[in-house]
Amino acid sequence: MQRFSVRNCVTTNCRGSVQALPQLRPAMNDPESREMLLSIAPTALPIGISGIEKRFGGVSVLRDLSLDVAAGEFLTLLGPSGSGKTTLLMILAGFVRANAGSIKVGGEEIIAMPPHRRNIGMVFQNYALFPHMNVFHNIAFPLKQRRVSTAETAERVEKALDLVQLKGLGERRVDQLSGGQRQRVALARAIVFEPRIVLMDEPLSALDKSLREHMQIELRNLHRRLGMTTVYVTHDQREAITMSDRIAVMNAGCIEQIDRPEVLYAAPKTRFVAGFIGDSNFIPVESRNGSVWYEDRKIRMTSAVPAAGCHLMVVRPEKLRLVADAQPAGSVNVIPATVGDVIYQGDSFACYATLRDGRQVTLRDYCRSDVLARLPGPGEPVNLGIDAEDVVLVAAD
Amino acid sequence: MSMQSAILPHAGARTLNADALHADARRETFGLLALLSPGLLLVFAVIIVPIGWLFWLSLFDETGSLSASNYARFFQQPSYIKTFLTTFKVAFAVTGACVVLGYPLAYMLSQLPRRAASICLILVILPFWTSVLVRTYAWLVILQRKGLINSWLIDLGVISQPLPLANNFAGVIIGMTHIMLPFLVLPLYASMKTIDIDCLRAGMNLGASPAATFRQIFFPLSLPGLASGVVIVFVLCLGFFVTPALMGGGKVIMWAMRIEQTTSLYSNWGAGAALGVVLLAVTLALLGLFQWLLGARATGVWSSR
Repeated sequence: MQRFSVRNCVTTNCRGSVQALPQLRPAMNDPESREMLLSIAPTALPIGISGIEKRFGGVSVLRDLSLDVAAGEFLTLLGPSGSGKTTLLMILAGFVRANAGSIKVGGEEIIAMPPHRRNIGMVFQNYALFPHMNVFHNIAFPLKQRRVSTAETAERVEKALDLVQLKGLGERRVDQLSGGQRQRVALARAIVFEPRIVLMDEPLSALDKSLREHMQIELRNLHRRLGMTTVYVTHDQREAITMSDRIAVMNAGCIEQIDRPEVLYAAPKTRFVAGFIGDSNFIPVESRNGSVWYEDRKIRMTSAVPAAGCHLMVVRPEKLRLVADAQPAGSVNVIPATVGDVIYQGDSFACYATLRDGRQVTLRDYCRSDVLARLPGPGEPVNLGIDAEDVVLVAAD
Repeated sequence: MSMQSAILPHAGARTLNADALHADARRETFGLLALLSPGLLLVFAVIIVPIGWLFWLSLFDETGSLSASNYARFFQQPSYIKTFLTTFKVAFAVTGACVVLGYPLAYMLSQLPRRAASICLILVILPFWTSVLVRTYAWLVILQRKGLINSWLIDLGVISQPLPLANNFAGVIIGMTHIMLPFLVLPLYASMKTIDIDCLRAGMNLGASPAATFRQIFFPLSLPGLASGVVIVFVLCLGFFVTPALMGGGKVIMWAMRIEQTTSLYSNWGAGAALGVVLLAVTLALLGLFQWLLGARATGVWSSR
């Protein structure tokens, strides 16, 4: 068991920087925060998951799932309910036994290890705080199991409370805390014993929207500070994009795509990923004779032309724009459409248009004065422009 | 008028319709009282009046004159003290036996899959649907000198003399435990079912072995249910009559049996009433004590020990 070396920091004036947590961005040059970063996170370990199979009855929930998480990485498992993301997390924590596979944490196989020996911190969806203990004893629980001395326990709990900005609330009963405070206690309890990795199972889903957004930033900053390897489960794509280093999009027991949020958004590999992350318009195109065609128009694109056959062109609503010219110019593709409705949304507007084949597409743009001046009315024919570099093709199922 | 309202801008607002609103509030209070009155009357007629009467009766001795002799008897006659002690001994022993048998049973029920649990729960509740008298006689048949258990054990050669299982203290405990068990198991099961499985998972996740998780998390969280079961069983035991009367063989005299003797055998209603009042007072005191202990548990922070 490694020592919780934050203790060294008690004498230095790190309290101020801790309390300024929500606003704090990682400042590696600041000697104080670098000391924090180095001293709290000596245990970030990589996770190697390979060949995980899980069946419930006859139903296959996870199929030959493999995944590598780098040391100190914040990885999110994103997927709809029933995609197997929570099952994978339960297997990682040891509450569900896989049928086959291997989980290595820092090279050590843990798949057959009982949960209480795994040394993994977990934040549960409903927090799972112990209702018969106060905040202090909740956070001290993992330390008590590890026979940490009373004095050191008090010190480390104090430090953890400080870290999640709950200083002085140690004597509170759990039922006296608000949802956000419970969330923080659960977090403090999951990291106070310096687990090898931290798992979070939709920890923010019970909070209201503004608190959730605040906690997303806070969790993100805490992760940057402590650098613990984190596996986070959510079905909220916006949350995943906000917080993660990488996102593994799961569907029906498999990982569809795993990449950095900006890559997933800009270049989804499958229709599922394109539809699950952000809004997407799907326009059917055909690849023949070495180029891609939408009806009789050749699509200009910067990515490689796929194999012959039917494909879907994925276009984000904000990548579509209204162009005056009906003829393609330069590297812009133009698709004619008819406006169905224009909805003003304050900062932006959404334009619902119908293509010639009857397919609905959405266009979104900011309400800049030049755009607003040329806003089309319902029933008006328009030309939708797509830059060649924004053209992304996925297989048509 | 206009000048007055200009000087006291709130005066008009305060008195505007104040009388009408006050009258409406009063009407509502009377209406609610009228709706409550049948219930209040019933409580008064079937609870307050009989208990008051009982208390009144207990103040008269056999000759019909006002005296405290019915209560003084408790301190003068050793048999009363012995009955009192026996009653508590039986109540403690039965409650203890119920806890020892009922806790593992309730734990098993709470861990079973839903369908199996509901079937087992029916088995637990089943005795409720049978008469206490019938069940007690059944126990007599099983436990008596030439009953099932003794004859089997003798036939198997385990013992040579029949064990004294009925018509004594042990028989009373066995019979009463059987009858009281569901009263402990049901509230305990209900409270165990409400324990969040994620709390147990969190315990293990944080490094507590399954045994430590049970000891530090499951058991403390099941205590409120255990406490209410214990209170129910203990209080029911204090006033129990049928089973000790039949299974005790006249050797185990409990409080309720003493009341029955006093009133029907000796026709001393005053003494019987005094016994009833004392039983009631002791029960209330115990309930108060439990409430005090549990209240502290429920509202205060539980210590980590």
